[in-house]
Amino acid sequence: MANAWGLKNKLFILLLIPGLAWLLCFFIFPIIIVFSMSFGQKVDIIGIDYNWSLHNYFRAFNGVYFFTLFKSIIISSITTFICLIVAIPVALYISFSSTRIKSILLISIMLPLWTNLLIRTYSLIAILRTKGHINSSLEYLWEASNRALNFLNLANYNIFNNNFIPLDLMYNNFAIILGLFYIYVPFMIIPIYLVLERFDRNLLEASYDLGANHFQTFFKVIMPIIIPGIISGIILVFIPCLGSFIIPDLLGGADSQMIGNIIERQFKSANDWPFGSALSFILIYMTIIVISVRYIYSKLYSKFYIRGMYEKY
Amino acid sequence: MTKNKICIEIKNLNKSFGDTLAVDDVSLNIHENEFFTILGPSGCGKSTLLRLISGLEIQDKGSIIINGLDCSSIPANNRPVNMVFQSYALFPHLNIKDNIEFGLKLKKIPIKDIRQRVDNILDLIKMRDYIYKYPAELSGGQRQRVALARAIVNNPKIVLLDEPLSALDANLRIEMQQELVNIQRNLEITFMLVTHDQDEALSISSKIAIMENGKIIETNTSTNMYEYPIKKYSAEFLGRINIIDGYVLKKKQIFHSEIFGNIDLKGNENICENMVLAIRPEKIIIEKRKENKLNRIYAKGTITNSTYYGDMSYLTIELDNTKEIYIHVQNIHRNSLNELKIGKKLLASFDINDLILLEK
Amino acid sequence: MKNIKLLHSPIDYTRNKYLKIISYAFLIILYLPILNLVIFSFNDSKRNIVWRGFTSKYYEKVFDNQILFDAFSNSLTIASLSTIISTILGLSTAICLWKFNFYLKKYYDLALLFPIIIPEICMGVSMLAFFNFINWPSFEIWPLSLSTIIIAHVSFIFPIIAIIIRSRLSILNNEILEAGIDLGASNFQVIKLIVLPFLKPAIIASFLLAFTLSLDDFVVTFFTSGPNSVTLPVKIYSMVRFGITPEINAVSTILILIIIISTYFVIKFLTKNNRALTK
Repeated sequence: MANAWGLKNKLFILLLIPGLAWLLCFFIFPIIIVFSMSFGQKVDIIGIDYNWSLHNYFRAFNGVYFFTLFKSIIISSITTFICLIVAIPVALYISFSSTRIKSILLISIMLPLWTNLLIRTYSLIAILRTKGHINSSLEYLWEASNRALNFLNLANYNIFNNNFIPLDLMYNNFAIILGLFYIYVPFMIIPIYLVLERFDRNLLEASYDLGANHFQTFFKVIMPIIIPGIISGIILVFIPCLGSFIIPDLLGGADSQMIGNIIERQFKSANDWPFGSALSFILIYMTIIVISVRYIYSKLYSKFYIRGMYEKY
Repeated sequence: MTKNKICIEIKNLNKSFGDTLAVDDVSLNIHENEFFTILGPSGCGKSTLLRLISGLEIQDKGSIIINGLDCSSIPANNRPVNMVFQSYALFPHLNIKDNIEFGLKLKKIPIKDIRQRVDNILDLIKMRDYIYKYPAELSGGQRQRVALARAIVNNPKIVLLDEPLSALDANLRIEMQQELVNIQRNLEITFMLVTHDQDEALSISSKIAIMENGKIIETNTSTNMYEYPIKKYSAEFLGRINIIDGYVLKKKQIFHSEIFGNIDLKGNENICENMVLAIRPEKIIIEKRKENKLNRIYAKGTITNSTYYGDMSYLTIELDNTKEIYIHVQNIHRNSLNELKIGKKLLASFDINDLILLEK
Repeated sequence: MKNIKLLHSPIDYTRNKYLKIISYAFLIILYLPILNLVIFSFNDSKRNIVWRGFTSKYYEKVFDNQILFDAFSNSLTIASLSTIISTILGLSTAICLWKFNFYLKKYYDLALLFPIIIPEICMGVSMLAFFNFINWPSFEIWPLSLSTIIIAHVSFIFPIIAIIIRSRLSILNNEILEAGIDLGASNFQVIKLIVLPFLKPAIIASFLLAFTLSLDDFVVTFFTSGPNSVTLPVKIYSMVRFGITPEINAVSTILILIIIISTYFVIKFLTKNNRALTK
């Protein structure tokens, strides 16, 4: 415990203990409880038998639960991909803006992150529901076209003659993906922006100068360079998507549940805590896998990417 | 020197950023196979001029004609020019070979030709052992060479170099200057370099243009720029010079100065009122005794300041009429220094033919 | 070859019309639902879809609603207490990690990241399992009934604060501390006279950030709250499940407003530059 300051131990203990103790008691210990519970079995309403079997994990990888797990991964991947496609141009635009506009845009991107998740999901419902803004706008357009056709004596052509059928925008997978995108897209923009902000603009100029057009510059220079940012963004979007439960709960229908909903049900209503714990730990394992992929990547490429990437030599 | 074909013709080029005029009505002709240097203090608009030629900035007014082709509608990626950036801008995610091949691959050149050209260029810059290294693993001088190779491998009409040597340390810089000159001569490609370093400009270029506040002050060959400058600004910017205060008496073709009295200007054709005379410090020598030779001007004075540079000593001399002049003397002997102590009186002289007539 | 005169530099992406359209369209889509929510909280209609004139009656309703008021005061109490605890824990942890090297420090660093990176729902259920496992008494008395939520909040907020303060400390110029010692200050004096004043903006920002995070949290609270400890987001959730009403819009608008104001100050204090002391 050598360090530069004298009187170390007293100060060190004083500073270390509160945080460490809290982390051990109120985070590590609870996680260990859930971990142990995931190998246990429910015996009655409150009793849990810690018999160290993999029963819950087998159950999670079978039938309907496996399907939900698989679907959660698919939905999260699609969402992450859409976030990526939208985030790159937006991040590019922000990072090339003038200082004043840049700070305005950045705060605009960040502000929704600070607004309550629940409230933002709720605000989407008002837009998407059967009698929401999208459907009523469409209905208005529909009727307006009908009137126009009538006015032109073209009603017989029967194009808009039927009554307006509202689009089913809610209670399906589309709504979940839209909701997840809406909530988590800022988490993709920010890391990509941070990478773009730091790299040498001359690299882009060199690319144009050597004969590349916008398209080639994007795929040959910009993309390889922002990969670290993209990876961070993927982690920041994919993991929360995977574990989300309010968004599928409020926007999804009865058959569009995600893994988070099942976990919630095990703990809140079905009361099968061991199985819920196993599902939670599957989420944690996946988180660890995703993060270690990033770690391995950064180790492999740190030589070239991290060292040579940003500084102008 | 035979006149080559014009490679780049710049006509009345204007570019401003907000309120500041970076390039102000610049017109230039750069001939083929020239090593053309734009010299100027930082912020004079010389880099902007280079970027306008490359197409990375677009001019407000004026035109750039490369090889007879007006470039105002040709985007940067289609112009036959290539740039060497001050930061080198080597792609960090590509190795040296891929960096050099970058432009060739985009031009859809057959792979065999690409290999041939990259091979040649690697020999030229002596980097064959490093082709699979990444830019982050190279030293400054090596990156510099790769950046140069990446530009010239495309056979551009002109290579634009934006202060390419400024990031190198002094010894390496001199070495690279020589190498740049050699490469330019071997390949017979036009080079256009931008720098704020006078010595660099003099030692490597065949032609120099001096730029200030967005305007080209003077364009000349590098020897003429030093020995026969026309403008006072360029004479002062390129090395040290003694300006001799006074005024021209046009009718008599005489320059009247306080220090040296009347100086005969006969034979000079372009005399006008608004001119001054000047003399380079190394053209003035210290004499043992006065021998009234023809065409020589003599002055007595006292050394008031002396700076020792090893091979040279730079002296400030206060003349008897309290005016100061600068003299550069070579330290021919080890004890030369002892004779040049502060306070020592001496006699200085120079040839009238070494005087330069400058427009203010 | 197209003979169109070039107008701007190829890397001037802000002039690229595609990027511009995508970016601004994105921002509009990002804000439309929230704006809609705020605007319709003033709408004089239960149906909440067509504008029927301005009213503030739903705000009056919200302020008259005792249950909502209780939930809100619960939220404020939880936020205040967990902010104080989190800031103290975060600050001490940050200074400890910054100044001292110790055995397993690398792993402690990693462990601090965990509460932030694991999915919120895992955090929630582990806290629920924990309180159940140790038979945490369900207090009836008011502040104690909130203890489970406060503990759960501190567990995920204090690591965030520790990381923010530590990153702030990492830009502190060490030579200034050495100068302080050289001029005769003791270690405690160095912390008191140099480190804490340097950290002041970051501490204020962390304080507000912790408050916002706690006030805003739903998932973890959802798993740790009991019948006696309903917070505002939990209450909103149960209201949302019963359908869309202008009251929800009104109470959401109030919450958004509080959060935007405190966020403004967070950003203001975090970006405040103390150039003299940084590297």
